[in-house]
Amino acid sequence: MIKVENVHKRFGDEEILKGITTVFDRGKTNLIIGQSGSGKTVLLKCLLGLFRPEEGLIYYEDKAIQHMNDAEQRTLREEIGMLFQGGALFDSMTIEENVMFPLRMFSNQKRTEMLDRVNEVLARVNLENVNKKFPAEISGGMQKRVSIARAIVNKPKYLFCDEPNSGLDPKTATVIDNLIQEITHEYNITTVVVSHDMNSVMEIGESIVLLKHGKLVWQGTNEDIFKTDNEDVTNFVYSSDLFKKIRDVQLKEG
Amino acid sequence: MKYIKDIGSYFLMLKRVFSSFTKGSVLKELIFKEIDDLIFTSMGIVAFISFFVGGVITIQTALNLSNPLIPKSLIGFATRQSIILEFAPTFISIIMAGKVGSFITSSIGSMRVTEQIDALEVMGINSLNYLVFPKIIALLFFPFVIAVAMFLGIFGGWIAGVYGGFTSSPEFIAGLQDSFDPFHLTYAFIKTFVFAFILATVPSWQGYYMKGGALEVGKASTNSFVWTSVLIILSNYIVTQLLLS
Repeated sequence: MIKVENVHKRFGDEEILKGITTVFDRGKTNLIIGQSGSGKTVLLKCLLGLFRPEEGLIYYEDKAIQHMNDAEQRTLREEIGMLFQGGALFDSMTIEENVMFPLRMFSNQKRTEMLDRVNEVLARVNLENVNKKFPAEISGGMQKRVSIARAIVNKPKYLFCDEPNSGLDPKTATVIDNLIQEITHEYNITTVVVSHDMNSVMEIGESIVLLKHGKLVWQGTNEDIFKTDNEDVTNFVYSSDLFKKIRDVQLKEG
Repeated sequence: MKYIKDIGSYFLMLKRVFSSFTKGSVLKELIFKEIDDLIFTSMGIVAFISFFVGGVITIQTALNLSNPLIPKSLIGFATRQSIILEFAPTFISIIMAGKVGSFITSSIGSMRVTEQIDALEVMGINSLNYLVFPKIIALLFFPFVIAVAMFLGIFGGWIAGVYGGFTSSPEFIAGLQDSFDPFHLTYAFIKTFVFAFILATVPSWQGYYMKGGALEVGKASTNSFVWTSVLIILSNYIVTQLLLS
C-alpha cells in the first residue's frame, strides 16, 4: 500500500501538484488519469522518489519515503519495478541481459539460477526465442513485454507503469493492460499506472484517480466512472467520440 | 551565471561519481568493456595519425635546415622533442576528444533521452557511478595510447627521414639520443593523466545533463568536443607552466 498525503510539487513559481492525498491499494491496478499537463507523471516521479515534494509525505506501507535513510531507500528501490513509456531497455544489452540486470545488481544467485528466473518471467510475458536478440531487433509491443519482465524479475512489491500503451496498436495495448492486471493479482503487488487511455481505464481501472491542473478531482473505480455526474470526469471520459457514441446508444437503450 | 552553475554541477557530478559504488562484479565487467570501447578501438586511428605526422615533422624540420653548419642529427632531436613534449600528449588528446569524447556524450545522452538513466535510478543504482566511474578507470590506460603514439611518431619520422633521403639512420638516432632529459617523459605522462580525466568526465557531464531529444544529443556531442578541447589546451598551459618553467 502507498499513501500520499497532501503532496505539493513546484517547479520555479509554477505549482504542478496542489495537495494530492490518496491511497494506492495492494493487489489492485491503481490508475492515475488526466489530460496532458495535469501532473500525472510528476506525481509518479514523486512516488518513485525521483522528485522531492516541497510539502507532504509519501508512505510506503507505514514509512514515509522522505524519512527513510539511504539504506532504507536503497532497499525500497529494490522492491520497485518500473515500466517506462518507451520501455527504457538498455540498448547495449541483449533481452536476456536486460531482464537479468536487476538480479545481477541485487542478488547473489548463480548464473544458472538467474537464467532460469529470466526464462520463467519471459515465458510469463509470452516471449520465447528472443533471449539473444537486442531491443532494436524486436517490436514495440515485445519491448514493452520485456520491460514488464525486467520489472517483475526481482519479485517487486510495487509496480509503476508510465503510459504503458503509448505507441501500441489497440490489440497489443489490451494484451499489455491484461498482463499488468494479471501480474498485479498473481504477485499481490501494488500497481500504479499513469494513463490517459480510456481503454485502459475500462480494462484494468480497479481504482482510479483523476487529476486536473495538479489537483485530485475525482476518485473511484472503472464502474463508477460511467455513473458519476462529476463534470471533470464526464469532460475527460466523453472527450472521445467513441465514448460519446457508446453513451448515446446506452441512453437510447435506456 | 550559467557558467558558474555549470562548473558547480560538474563538481557535484564528480562527488556523486565517487559515491554509492556499483556491485564489484558488475563494475569489473563495465571497466573491461570501457577499456575495449575507449582504448583499444582508438589504437588504429592513433597509430595512423602518429606515424604520418611523425614523418611530416621530420620532413619539415629537414627542409628548414638549409645551413650546412647545422648537424643533420638535429632532425632526430627536433622530431623527438616535438613528439614527446607536444604532439603525442596534446595533439592526440584533442583527436581523442573528437573520437572518444563524442562517443561518451552521445552514448550517455541517448540513454538520457530514452529514459535508461531514469531506469537505473529507479532501480536504486547510482547512475553516475555506474556510467562514469568505469570510463575514468578505463582512461587511466590512456598513457599507454600516448606511449604508442610517441613510439610510432618517432618511428614514422625515422622512416621519412632515412628513406626520404633527408638524413642517415645513425645521424637520426644520434639526434634522438642527444641531450635526452627523462623528466620530459614524466612531464608528458603527467599531463596525459590530466587530459585523460578531462576526456572521461567533461563529455560524461555533457551527456548526462543534456535535455531534449536526438537533435540535442548531436548538439551536446559538438559542445563536448569544444569544451574538452578548450580544457585540454588550458590545462596543457597550466601544467607546462608548473612543471617546465
